[in-house]
Order: sequence, then C-alpha cells, then structure tokens
Amino acid sequence: MLSDILKSEIESHIHEPEHRESACTEALRIVQRDRGWIDDESLKDIAEFLGMTTHELDGVATFFNLIHRRPVGRHVIRVCSSVSCWVLGYDALREALLAKLDVLLGQTTADGRFTVLPNQCLGTCDRAPAMMIGADLYQDIDPTRLDEILDRYA
Amino acid sequence: MPTIYIDGKPHAIDGGQNLLEACIELGLNVPYFCWHPALGSVGACRQCAVKQYKDESDSQGRIVMSCMTPATDGIRITVDDGDSKDFRASVIEWMMTNHPHDCPVCDEGGECHLQDMTLMTGHNYRNFRFDKKTYNNQNLGPLINHEMNRCIQCYRCVRYYKDYAGGGDLDAFAAHHHVYFGRSQDGTLESEFSGNLVEVCPTGVFTDKTLKRHFTRRWDYTTAPSVCVHCALGCNITPGERYGKLRRIRNRYNRAVNGYFLCDRGRYGYEFVNSGKRPKAPLRLQRDGTGEAFHVPVTRDEAMNEIGALLKNGAKTIGIGSPRASLEANFALRVLVGAENFYLGLSKIEYSLLSTILEIVIGGPARQPGLGALKDHDAVFVLGEDLTNVAPLAALSVRQTILNQPRAESRKMGIPDWNDLAVRRVIDVNKGPLFIAAPFGGKLDDAATQTFFGTPSQLAELGFAVAHAIDPACPAADGISADTAAFAKRVADALRAAEKPLVISGPSCGSESVVRAAANVAWALCRTEKPASLYYTAHECNTTGLGLMSGGHIEGAAEAIRNGDADTLIILENDLYRRADAALVDEMLSTAKDVVVVDHLYHPTAQKASFVLPAASFAEGDGTIVNNIGRAQRMMQVYKPEGEITESWRWLRRVRTATGVGQSTDLLYFDSFIHALVDEIPAFSRILEAAPSAAFRVGGQKIPRQTHRFSGRTAMKANVAVSETAIASDPDSAFSFSMEGFQMLTPAAVMSSFWVPGWNSAQAITRFQEEVNGPLEGGDPGIRLIEPMSGSTTPYFSATSNQPSKAGQLVAIPRYHIFGSEELSSISPAIAELTPALYVMMHPDDAQDSRLQDGDIVEVQIGGAVITAPLRINNDMARACVVVPIGFTNTQHVP
Amino acid sequence: MRNMSEKPLTERIRPNEAPASLKDYERAGGYASVRKCLSSMQPADVTQLVKDGTLRGRGGAGFPTGIKWSIVPQGADAPRPKYLVVNADEMEPGTFKDRVLLEGDPHQLIEGIILASFAIQADIAYIFLRGEYIVAQERIEKAIHEAYEAGFLGKDIIGSGYCLELHLHMSIGRYICGEETALLNALEGKRATPRAKPPFPQASGLWGKPTIVNNVETLSTLPHIVNRGVEWFKGLSRTPNGGTKLFGVSGKVKRPGLWELPLGTTVGEIMDLAGGMRDGLSLRGIIPGGASTDFLGPEHLDLQMDFDTVGKAGSRMGTGTMIVLDDKTCPVGMVHNLTQFFAHESCGWCTPCRDGLPWLQNVLWAIETGRGREDDMKMLHRHTKLLGPGMTFCALAPGAMAPLGSALTRFKDDFDQHIRAKRCPWR
Ligand SMILES: Cc1cc2nc3c(=O)[nH]c(=O)nc-3n(C[C@H](O)[C@H](O)[C@H](O)COP(=O)(O)O)c2cc1C
Ligand code: SF4
Ligand code: FES
Repeated sequence: MLSDILKSEIESHIHEPEHRESACTEALRIVQRDRGWIDDESLKDIAEFLGMTTHELDGVATFFNLIHRRPVGRHVIRVCSSVSCWVLGYDALREALLAKLDVLLGQTTADGRFTVLPNQCLGTCDRAPAMMIGADLYQDIDPTRLDEILDRYA
Repeated sequence: MPTIYIDGKPHAIDGGQNLLEACIELGLNVPYFCWHPALGSVGACRQCAVKQYKDESDSQGRIVMSCMTPATDGIRITVDDGDSKDFRASVIEWMMTNHPHDCPVCDEGGECHLQDMTLMTGHNYRNFRFDKKTYNNQNLGPLINHEMNRCIQCYRCVRYYKDYAGGGDLDAFAAHHHVYFGRSQDGTLESEFSGNLVEVCPTGVFTDKTLKRHFTRRWDYTTAPSVCVHCALGCNITPGERYGKLRRIRNRYNRAVNGYFLCDRGRYGYEFVNSGKRPKAPLRLQRDGTGEAFHVPVTRDEAMNEIGALLKNGAKTIGIGSPRASLEANFALRVLVGAENFYLGLSKIEYSLLSTILEIVIGGPARQPGLGALKDHDAVFVLGEDLTNVAPLAALSVRQTILNQPRAESRKMGIPDWNDLAVRRVIDVNKGPLFIAAPFGGKLDDAATQTFFGTPSQLAELGFAVAHAIDPACPAADGISADTAAFAKRVADALRAAEKPLVISGPSCGSESVVRAAANVAWALCRTEKPASLYYTAHECNTTGLGLMSGGHIEGAAEAIRNGDADTLIILENDLYRRADAALVDEMLSTAKDVVVVDHLYHPTAQKASFVLPAASFAEGDGTIVNNIGRAQRMMQVYKPEGEITESWRWLRRVRTATGVGQSTDLLYFDSFIHALVDEIPAFSRILEAAPSAAFRVGGQKIPRQTHRFSGRTAMKANVAVSETAIASDPDSAFSFSMEGFQMLTPAAVMSSFWVPGWNSAQAITRFQEEVNGPLEGGDPGIRLIEPMSGSTTPYFSATSNQPSKAGQLVAIPRYHIFGSEELSSISPAIAELTPALYVMMHPDDAQDSRLQDGDIVEVQIGGAVITAPLRINNDMARACVVVPIGFTNTQHVP
Repeated sequence: MRNMSEKPLTERIRPNEAPASLKDYERAGGYASVRKCLSSMQPADVTQLVKDGTLRGRGGAGFPTGIKWSIVPQGADAPRPKYLVVNADEMEPGTFKDRVLLEGDPHQLIEGIILASFAIQADIAYIFLRGEYIVAQERIEKAIHEAYEAGFLGKDIIGSGYCLELHLHMSIGRYICGEETALLNALEGKRATPRAKPPFPQASGLWGKPTIVNNVETLSTLPHIVNRGVEWFKGLSRTPNGGTKLFGVSGKVKRPGLWELPLGTTVGEIMDLAGGMRDGLSLRGIIPGGASTDFLGPEHLDLQMDFDTVGKAGSRMGTGTMIVLDDKTCPVGMVHNLTQFFAHESCGWCTPCRDGLPWLQNVLWAIETGRGREDDMKMLHRHTKLLGPGMTFCALAPGAMAPLGSALTRFKDDFDQHIRAKRCPWR
C-alpha cells in the first residue's frame, strides 16, 4: 500500500490526466527513495495507482540505471567509472573502496550499510575521481582518505 | 503507378508501400525480422538494409532500411551490392554472437525464419570468440514454451501481444544486450491469442508446448487444408499428422477469414482427436444376466447387418443431425431417413434464433462482412455478445477498428500506415467508436468507447432505441430510462457519422428481440444510405450450414417419439444432453426402440445408444462446413484414421445400403454427396466452388499430403512389415496419401502448407499473396452462400420494451467461455487446464439483497436443473440476473 | 583577444554559492528579456532574432536553433498542446557544462525557456534533468516556484495573455535519454528507446504533439540575444556562428575546469587556461567534445573550437568539453572504458549497437589484457564502418565509433604493441 503522502507526491507529477502512466519513472524514484528499492509489492502498488500492468511497469523499471529491483544497503555508493575519472584513477579508488568494505562491485556489506555500484559519468569530470554516497557528491577523492568520508554514514 | 529502380531495372508498383514490401511483392529475397505484414515496420533489427542512390550519377549510395523507406516514384536502390550484403550478413553475425547453436534440439528447426535468413545472408564463419550470455526461461502456462536464449530481440512478440492483441502481461525488460521478453514473473499468459507468438516469433523462443509432447519436424507432417471446428468463424488451419496422431494445428492464411492469426482454442483444441476414449470399432449395446448394459465392439459387417435389419423391419426412423457435423454428413442422414424425418439437432430456442438470423441476413439489406473485413470498419456497435469468448478472432479484428478513425490524423501528417510506432504515437489515446452492450463485461471492453450492461430484454430495448435514433421511422420501445436513451443517442450518432459502420450481435443472450434489435439498427443505417454491415455470431462450426437445410428441432423429435410417430432414432455427431433438458433426453432415449449414434466422441448420449458407429474427426475425413456468415469451406482429410473410424457420411451411406434402400453404387464418393446436395437444396448450389473436386489434377497429378522431404516412408512401419506398405488411395479428394504428386503452384484451396525454396517458416506466406496482406494468388478459398437482397426494404421489426423479471426472481444468463464451453476442445488437456472451475456470477447489489458474499456456495435453480457453485461478485454486469458458465460439466445445458 | 572578457552566460555564477534569488536576479537585470519579448515582440520575431544570431544548438549536434523552431506548426489550426523540452540529461562522459548552468543560474535557464516557448507558442515545458544532479534539482525547483509566484510562469504571464506551464522531470538514468526522441519516450513513462525520424519531434513529439527539444546551454543563451541584440551576440564569437561557448578540460592537466569563451577559441588557448599538462606528462590526444567525438592530437592546438572547423579536422566540437589523454595513460584502456560505457548504455533496440558494441568491448578488453589477436584490428576497423551513421537506428553507436575509429589510426602502434607483447605496456 502506498501512503497518502507518497500518493500525493506521485500525483504532483501527473501533469496530463489522460497520461497517468507518464509519472511512472518519477513514482519509481519516489517510492525507492522511501523504501530503498522496488520490491514486487511496490511495483504492484505503483502500477495499480497509475493504471499500468505490473509487467509494463517492470519493463520500464528494469530499463533504467537508477532503479533497484534488488535490495541494497542503507547507503548506495556510486563510483564514477567513466573516462575522465578512469584517467584519474577510478580503478585504484574502486579497489581501495571494495577492499575497505570487503565486497565485490554490486554487493552489499554484511552489515547492510553500503552497496557499491559503478556509475556512468557524474558530470564533474574536472574534479575527478568522483563518487556519490546517497545524495552527496564527493570530488577529487584521495583513495587513502576514504575513511573520513565513509565514517559520516551510519 | 510509380516506378522504382532496383539494380537498374525499372519496376512499376502500386505505391504506398515501403521498399521492403515492394521487394517482397517483386519476389526479391530481402531478409528481415522485425517487419511483419500485420504489424508493420519499426526499423529495429536492421536486417533489411539495401543501398539507395541519389540519382543515376550517384555511384556511392547510402545504406537505408528498406522497411522504413517509402517506395517513392523514381527511387533507385540496389539489393545486392557488396556493402549492403556485407552489412546484412553482419546483422546475422551479431545475432549469432548469443544465439545458441541448438537447432537440432530446437522445435523451430526446419521452419525457422532465423535459419532461413542466415542462409539468405550467407553468414557462416564464426568470428566471435567470447562467452554467450544466458537467460532464465519462464513457465508461461500450458500453451507456450519459453526459451529466451534463442531470442534475437526483434521485438515482434511484444508488438503483437501488446500493441496488436491488447495483452497486458508480456513485455520487454532490461536494456542493452540484456533485453528480455516475457512476463514480470512466471505465469500463464492471459491473452486468448497467445498461441500466435509461436508463428510471430521468427525463431524458437516461443514454441507450441502441446507439440513438445509429440514433436515432429515440419517436413515430416502429413497435412491437408482444413477449417477450425471449435467455433463458427471458420478460421483456416493446417493440421499436421504423423504416426497416426494429430500433432499440431497451424494457421493457414486466408485474407477473407482469419488472416495470419488463430485463437488459442483453435490452435490447442485439437488433442481431443488423439483421445483414447474414442470408439475405434462399431459398438453394440448388450445386457448381462443382471440386466447391466454395456457396449461391446463388433465388426463392420455385424453392425451393418444388424442395423440394416432393424431399420428394414418397418421401423419408423427419424434422424437428428448436428451443427458440428459436415453438410455432407447431415445430408447423408437426411437422405437416409427422408427430409420429413430429419431434425436439425438444435434445441427449440437455438432453432428459432437461427431461423430469425437467417431470415434477417437473407431477406434484409445489410451485408455480413467476412471475418477478415471486420477490421476495416470505423464504428462498431456490439449488442449482446462477449466476442472474446464466443467469436474470438472477431474480437481480435474489432480491436483493430478503433485505430481507423484516429489514423486520419497520422495520414494528414504524411505518416505511412506501415510506420507503426509513429502512427500509434500520433493516435496516442484516441479511439475510434466501439460501443459494447452486453449482460456482463468482456475482455474487449478495455478497447471500448463506452460499455452498457443490461439483461437481454434491456439490451433489446437499447438496440431498438439506437435504431429509432438513427431513423425515426423505426419503431422505438416506449418508457426507456434516461441512461438507456443517452447511451442509445451516443451510439446512433457515432454510427451515423462513420464511413463504414458495423453492428455485431448473435444468439448468445438467447433472445430473439436482441437479434431483431440489431437488425433494425443496421437496416436503419442502410436507409440513411450507409453501407452498414451486420455481423451475427453463431455457436458451432456448421450451425449456419445446418440452418440452410430444412428440418425440425430436438423437442420436435422428442414429441414424435413420445406420441409413437417414430420408434428408431439415428443421432449424428450430437450429444443431446448438451442441448435439451436431461429429463427430456432420458425419456427420448429410453422410449425409442433403438438408438444409433454416429460420432467420434463417446459422450452420455452415445453411452445409451444400441449402436455406436465410430466417426471421423475433422482431421480424419472430408467435409464442407459453413461459417457464421455463410461461407462454405472444405475440410480435407489429413490422414486415414485407425480401425473402423470413417466419415459419418460414409457410415450413413453404408447403413442406407444395408437397409436395401438405394443402390450400393450411388452416393459412393464424397463428391456424389455434394452433387446430390446441390441438386436437392438450391441454397447450396455454389458449394462446388468451395474446393476442387476429387478429379482435380495439376499436370495430371494428384496433390501430395506429404512434403518431398518426408522421411521414414519405408522405415516408419517397419515394426509391422519391413516391406514398404501400400499407399492408401483417396477416391474422395484430389490429394494423395504420400509425397508423390505435384508439389507446388497448386491453387490456394488445396494449399496446405506454404513453402518455397529458402522460405521454410510461416513467413513464406508473403510469397503466395497477390500483394502484401492481399488475397492468396488465385483467390482465397471458400465461397459465400449468403448475399443480402440488394435494395430490399424489409419492414422493421417492431420494438419490444424491457419486461422487468418477477420480484425476487433473477434472469439466468449463460456465459460462454473460450476455454470450457466448447464440447470438443474442452476434452483436450491443454484447454482443460485453462478451464475455470464452475461458478455463478451476480451483481454486488443483487448479492446484497440476497445476503450473499463473494465465494459463498450457492444453489441456483434453472428450469429443472440445479447448479451448485461458488459465487463470484462482479460489478461489470447487469442487475437482476445470475450468470452461469455454459457447456461445463453440470451445465452442458442451461435452459 | 577580442571579447575574451565577456561571459554573459556565467557572469552571475559564483562557484560554491547558491544562485541568486529571483529578486536579486531581477535586480541584476533578470527577466528583462521576458518583459521585452512578451510586451513588444511577436513569436516570429524571436525566431528571426535567433536565426539572425546564427545560434547553433549546444547539445552536441550543433543544429541551427532558429531553423529548428521554424518547422513547428504555427497558427490557429496547429495541434495543441505544443511542448518545449529542455534536455538537461547531461550524461556524455567528459561533459560537465550544463551542470554549472543548472546549479549556478537556474533563472537564466527559465528565462530562456519562456522565450523559446513563446517563439514556438508552446503551452507546456518540461525540464528533463539527469537523476544524479540533486543540487540542481533543489535549486531549479526553488527557481520554478519563485517564477510562478512572480507571474513569469502560469496563466497570463505578466499580463501578456501568454500562458506557460513548466514542470521539472527527474530522469532515472540512461544515457540514451539524452537522445531527443528517447527522451520523449522517457517523459511519457515508456522504455526510453529512440523513435524513427521522420516524423520529427517538431511535427510529432511528446504524445504526438509538436515539440522542440533544446539543450540547457542553448536556452540559457537566449535572454542575452533578446536583451543585447544580434550584432552584439555575433560579436561574441570569432566565427560565423554567434555566441560564447562553455569549454571544459578534464584529464591530467594542471587546472582542469570550465570556461565561457568565444566560439572559435583555439584548443591551445583552452589548454593554456587549464595550465597545460601536469609536470612530467605530455599531450597525446584530445577528445574535443565529449565521449562521442574523434580524437584530435597535439598538432591541433591551433584549431579553432567551433562546429565547422572541428568538423573539417575530422572530429566534432560536440559539447566542447575536452578530455585529455597523456603519454602515461593507455589509449587502449581509455578506448575500452569509452566502449564499455556505450555498450552498457545501448538501449537494446537495434541489432548492430546492442550486439556489436559488447563484442567490441570484449575485443578491446582482450587486447588490453594481453589476449589480443592479429585479426582483432581488422575486426575493430570493420565495425567502425558497420556501426557508422545510418547503419544503426540512432546516433549512439556512431558516436561510440568516433573515439574508437580515430584511436585505431592515431594509436595504431599502441594496439599492435599490446597484441604483440601480449600485455599492456602501462600495467
Ligand atoms: C546518444 C545521444 C545522447 C545525447 N545526449 C544529450 C544530452 O545529454 N544533452 C543534450 O542536450 N543533447 C544530447 N543529445 C543531442 C540531442 O539528441 C539533441 O540533439 C539536443 O538536445 C538538441 O538540443 P540543441 O539543438 O539545443 O543542441 C544526445 C544525442 C544522442 C544521439
Ligand atoms: S543505436 Fe540502436 S540500440 Fe543503440 S541506442 Fe540507438 S537505437 Fe538503441
Ligand atoms: S525488417 Fe527492417 S529493420 Fe527489421
């Protein structure tokens, strides 16, 4: 069940009543922000609310990069893997991070704190290497000083 | 007529089509995947690349996708220059990077469009040295097998299932080279048209799951052209047999009827033919010491002698025919018992509904469109029918009509109709008018402009109101409600405003007023100079054909037996318990001295018969059936059945001979019956044109039922005899039971499978059409027996207004289910698995009045019968009625 | 250098500072162009102005903006509603220019949106913003709210009778959403696969209605053209195409960054602003305008950055954000990284891109990790043709072939060395 708050927030993205489904990507984003990932029930809830079939909505949900159809940690780390960051040491940063958290790319730490994912160009190439944790952007990252950053996240 | 230049040569074309279509029509081999004649172009697969030149001087040229390029006047292309050939081969190479090399174990192998296109492009050497990706497959239910690893991502499946057929539970998932086609989770596909995926998919992702259990390669089938017997629409099919078993049903293109598609009942209902319960020898009823009655097999001669004897000795014999038996079979019975003793085998109500419908379509001015022409109409009014369940393919065609009016917009913008996604984008949510009025909701409602739920008498009232709104001279029902009036006005305006309006109705409500009201609507439009079409459904494959023969109804036959006018009963392919009250049938069967049943099912009626003669199913014999609009079509015998099984008409001729009536030489062959029928009943004078006679030859040769690649001919019966067994001869048709004969260039009516070198898949059909989506070369098989009286001014029917049912009483309304209501298919395992459990359905308000909850077990008394089943509460239905699925165990017959 | 000082697009932007509120923005002359336009200009005037200003799209394709607009059906019987869509999906690797405008000066963008919408008489406008740009999201939401409050959006804008609704749409992430027709599908809540053209969005765009898609930088330029006129605008540029351009440099240079400069500023001048290569490194190659442009080389330092000149040199100016390759970084690894990006971002609609790019990625990785074969080079070369313009459904795959194709010739020796030595010399 979608809460009324979620419903009204989704509703606010329906700008053409005869095209409720046009809000489905926003709905996925909003519900994921609330629940961490899109489980089958959320999928059903959203589909019903927007008058789509779950199959159609899942087709959209699985198309895009930022929607999780599997559980993730409390904080999702998105390491920019694109060209400028690669030139400025993406590989080293990634390996340092994975070693520190003792996971593989795409995995979630045992304590459910972090999930590490590669991400396409974060659009801050002049401040590479870069990554995002949740909504926070980190630039010019020095792999040897990752702890300072990670410690900010419970 | 525009001219296009292909490799320097000028070709005149009709115009309007794209380059790919033009090339196909010219017989050129341009490979393709995502284009489909019924689905149009989307330019996804890139397989149809050709090179286009700016002008004569241009030697460079550029690659274009032929399916996305209009074939405009003067355009110059080449289909076989190095660049485009290399690119087309590369497209296959890319697909092959992941496509498994499992052709030997793939059910598609041998009729695979991907195999054909691979050969056509000449790609053969594998350069890709990395791992293939793999997918999980899904369980999609009893009809469709899913093997995603074979997918080449042409997107045809979703475009057919979702965009064309309106299905909601198949889609594309993920992106880049992980794109996946299936459902969000495993589960049975919900569409009644899912089986077409088997032929729409160009490779082995979606294959026939029922075929899997008795798989046979394409070239090993014995086939003949046939017609679906599972409803009245007469879709053309190609049954395939091997080792005495019916293996599968495939679509047989006929533009005037089913086009490229079948419904799942038609495709998967066939397995009743292989049922072990079928009688294979004549059966005689006998009683043991305790008086217990049981059937024992007897020889053909014993049966004929004994039956002959009991008919000879002054028996007063009557015959009961069948709407699921061929014209020839019914006629053979009529000849045997005499026209005056022939009963059609319809219940009184079925009988009167059919007579009314025939009067209307024969006497009235409105023409019945062919099934294939339904989709060309631009405003539709459905009165009292749940098309998806009663006339499935009609529902699929009507779904297409809602695009016709909005398409004017995209045409105005110069977007060609074949540019499918662009057209749909412009049409967006707009819908052409489709109004559905019925006792309860149906699967087509999502396409409807507006729906109306009412009891049969409310529906009739509505229909008359619509007719009156179109032509004030047309009588109106008085005292109609405001809602009814408002809905009627909307419908009337839409029909009047349309170019090609269509009215659809039928017998499913069991109400003659509904049938008449629909006629008034169409006739009213005709008087306003609109070429209005009128389309009535029917319930069985030869209902209309039977109606064109004269004869009484079952209650009449019962009467004759009760008052001693008859004492012997011959029943043709008919389980009377499905048509009349059990009590009445019991009385009939016990009163009659002797009962002879000719049928291929051992049903309750047969179980009580003194004699049962094992009849051929549609696949095992020749016969003509007439579809709902009066189109006569021929079912050709596919294979010789085992044991004594043979066509009913042949049994009845033998009985006739055994009784000493007539010579053993007359009515000997199938064609003799047709000729006799034509001589006796003028309505059938044209059925000779339905298909070539047995004497037909091509180049002096018969037409083979087997392909020239048919394997195992000498080996397959080695367990019986090592020497090659004699090939059976076929005096009744132009076909031979072997691979001998003239393989190709046969007329459409005797064309069972479509094949030309290099085109082994269902896609080969375009090679046999006069133009893309056009009729088969030489004309589509079948012949219309019914044409309306042109310029007729038949008087309108007088209107009937709604009679509310007596207080506390609910009207019982039968509901037909595509899976479960039809006698033959419901015996087939796959269909049986999809048949819902028995239930009764009520409107929430009525349920409340009688203090009932969803799921409560309720008892419904209808006439004599009592039905006990769980209650379904449903908003989308009429008030004051209770809906009961018909044709299920315990509801074979609902009065 | 003429005009080097004039930076109309970025003069108000303060690094690491929130953008001006609408009040301050107006005090600094903001929304003057809207007042002027809505009070004294006809839609056609605006389009003409933009045509005369020879403004070309900043989204990468460089299509003349005024001409694009003039194809939109106008007049009473034109289909309604009409849409203006802002392409703020900036996801092209190496590109970080729109972010600066979106975070730094949202009102400037909104001002441009109103002008463009008025020119085509749009009823509804959407900003399609990339999902990761969360700071931009907050600032734009605030700015839109202020603009509605102040009557610059909504019904009867500042009493002119013209009405415009503006909505912000957050993407959920796919590079292909930047392709304008795929973007429209995404906005409609569909899988973001591109659409066939024709019909073009101007005729059949969002929900089949007339639609213009423009880039953030393109639109942010408009207020200044309207305020200060065609001659001034053309004067900003050193080329026949008017205006300044945001140029950026990333890679191992001393001061990577973004600068607003006259169109036609040379590669060398931009490199100087970036402080040149880091000590001990020398320049091997430059991808001039985002991942999908061909490599330039050290010989191109005098090349003017503008659409036609860079085109003549065998590349494209693209987004104008340069990615620098130094002599200590493996070109094969770099091209592999780019190809991996394109392979992953393929929408999966058409065969060559969907199945061809992963193959190329595999081969490049094999070469980079010492498993390359002699004939791999032939295979790579062949694909740069087979995935070229016109072969695939949209321009993604051809874009992917630009850096690969140019690298194959420019860095041939490096590839051969990898294959012969069966290892990457830089590892
Ligand atoms: C694969 C692909 C990605 C693109 N990404 C972007 C993008 O992120 N931002 C953008 O403005 N244009 C992008 N474009 C170009 C747009 O399709 C379109 O040309 C542009 O937004 C038009 O705006 P303009 O005329 O103002 O330049 C992309 C094109 C392609 C083929
Ligand atoms: S080139 Fe084809 S597969 Fe690639 S992004 Fe464009 S449409 Fe999609
Ligand atoms: S058939 Fe033309 S692109 Fe698929």
